[in-house]
Amino acid sequence: MAVSDARISLPDSGTSTPQVDAASAAPAAGSGTRPMIEFNSITKRYLENQPAVENLSMTIDKGAITVFVGPSGCGKTTSLRMINRMVEPTSGTITVDGKDVSTIPAASLRRSMGYVMQSAGLLPHRTVTDNVATVLRLNKVPRAQARHRAEELLDVVGLSARMGKRYPSQLSGGQQQRVGVARALAADPPVLLMDEPFSAVDPVVRAELQQELLRLQRDLAKTIVFVTHDIDEATVLGDKVAVFATGGRLAQYAAAEEILRAPVDDFVANFVGRDRGFRHLAFSTADSVPIHPVRTATESERGQRSAQQSRPPSDAAGWVLAVDDAHRPLGWISPADGSALLPGGSLFHEGQTLRRALDAVLSSPAGLGVAVDDAGSVTGVVKAPEVLAAIENARRQREGGL
Amino acid sequence: MSVPALVEEYSSDNPLVQGYEWLMNPMHWQGPEGIPLRALEHLGYTALTLSIAVAIAVPIGLYVGHTGRGRVVVISLAGVLRALPTLGMLTLFVLLAGLGLMPPIWALVLLAVPPILAGTYAGISAVSKDTVDAARSMGMTEPQILFRVEVPNGLPVILGGFRAGVLQVVATVAVVAYINLGGLGRFLIDGLSVSDYGRVLGGAVVIAALAICLDIVLAGIQRLAVSPGLKAPRRQRGDSPTGRETITAGVQGGNS
Repeated sequence: MAVSDARISLPDSGTSTPQVDAASAAPAAGSGTRPMIEFNSITKRYLENQPAVENLSMTIDKGAITVFVGPSGCGKTTSLRMINRMVEPTSGTITVDGKDVSTIPAASLRRSMGYVMQSAGLLPHRTVTDNVATVLRLNKVPRAQARHRAEELLDVVGLSARMGKRYPSQLSGGQQQRVGVARALAADPPVLLMDEPFSAVDPVVRAELQQELLRLQRDLAKTIVFVTHDIDEATVLGDKVAVFATGGRLAQYAAAEEILRAPVDDFVANFVGRDRGFRHLAFSTADSVPIHPVRTATESERGQRSAQQSRPPSDAAGWVLAVDDAHRPLGWISPADGSALLPGGSLFHEGQTLRRALDAVLSSPAGLGVAVDDAGSVTGVVKAPEVLAAIENARRQREGGL
Repeated sequence: MSVPALVEEYSSDNPLVQGYEWLMNPMHWQGPEGIPLRALEHLGYTALTLSIAVAIAVPIGLYVGHTGRGRVVVISLAGVLRALPTLGMLTLFVLLAGLGLMPPIWALVLLAVPPILAGTYAGISAVSKDTVDAARSMGMTEPQILFRVEVPNGLPVILGGFRAGVLQVVATVAVVAYINLGGLGRFLIDGLSVSDYGRVLGGAVVIAALAICLDIVLAGIQRLAVSPGLKAPRRQRGDSPTGRETITAGVQGGNS
């Protein structure tokens, strides 16, 4: 099987692996790579048809986020649901923490894992608090104690305690998903199974929930198995990504960075899509890109300037960055029209990735990417040729390392 | 026990007026053959019938609704039962089993089973598959799924079927007076036999009033029993302005 088993935090593979985006690497680095879940030659057939999952063997690391990604009908959800016996394999075994799941009664096995599903799957007849407390109550935790814990968890997932009294139908989609996550965390299970949890919410809320999940994971270090059909979500969240091909074949299983940089075959290359080169830049920091000083003008300076002069003094391009009193960028003033303020492009925060740096350059009307520090005040600009040089540099380093 | 004391004297030939006068006559509101005791008898037969019908129909409905097994059998059986004429069944049972309390009660049970069975089955099977799947994936056992998730969520429909059954039985229990039993049906049967139409009409009004009162009580119970979460204005996932396809498109467009 074409499976690359690179583990991003093993010391001996460290040289060949470029620096990984800090957010996604942190949990894995903190907890090592002990196996938590193992698939051993798992096959699942429905009736006599083509197998949904074919001879799947893989190891899922403890304390890391492993993403199953693939087109519909590739068996990723079936594989996930076999972990907690919502689906029984036709042949093969799955072990969790060394124990064969088929030897554990299904109901108690499921209670020992958190499960978050696409539609949140909240119980409509119970309040939010009681929904979160469901598994605790099944585990015979006294009611008052279970409710107290549920209220704590609402806070953890960023919902106010007032929400606890509401019913699921009174919440927005994003709020329902947060409750779903809180419910899965309630009994503090070591394993979380997430089946396309964010695919039914709008893109803004979805990005928010993704960041929130990464934040939670930094504190909790659960073993998370996350199913999605969206390669972007997979590379944002996954310490490791398993790309499934139609027919239940595991096409590639590697760090997200490697999937984008070195897809193992045409299927994976096609699936990760046309922008994979650009997305891959998210795995290299832009520390080596020089930041140049830029002409800035506060509001009062701008007023004076447009009153007194006809032509702005020319630096390289003649563009001037308008800033507020805290030196935060407001927009660009073009050399052609000294009075109009053009909206700026995306901002490049120092320490971010080459993807951010390049996007800042490309989206800026001046062709100069605005760099800001943590406080949001302007530190300078990055230039396109230098970003490209850094990209080429990173590539050469990989080449040398290989 | 059912011999009328004497034929009523009415001030008018109009049966509506006669019915009104019969109801207003205080003599009919007391004693062992007065309206209150007859109404109690009536409710007693109703309660007995419904207890038996619930004991038969609810377990079957829960089983079929939860497992999906035997669905076709149950639906067609309920249809056949609905088609049976109650009066004919009552006569048949009395001929087979003789006079007494139970033969007519069984005829009424046949009447009450279909709506209760259909309501229970429909209520359970209408609970969203996602909700059941979520309950199972959280580690609920099958009985826990049935009683903690499916029953509470199916309750509006289940109680709807029960109320329909109650109304049918309370209105039809009158037929037991056709043989030698009591209840409010006595006024109808006896009134007809002596052509006392005031009594017939008065009895019918009392039965109708009883049925309405009972339904109001049951509606109140339903309000209390059904979770407010099922009554709140539903925000359906499918209705959201951004369907899943648009979201995917938006994500791809926004990030590339």
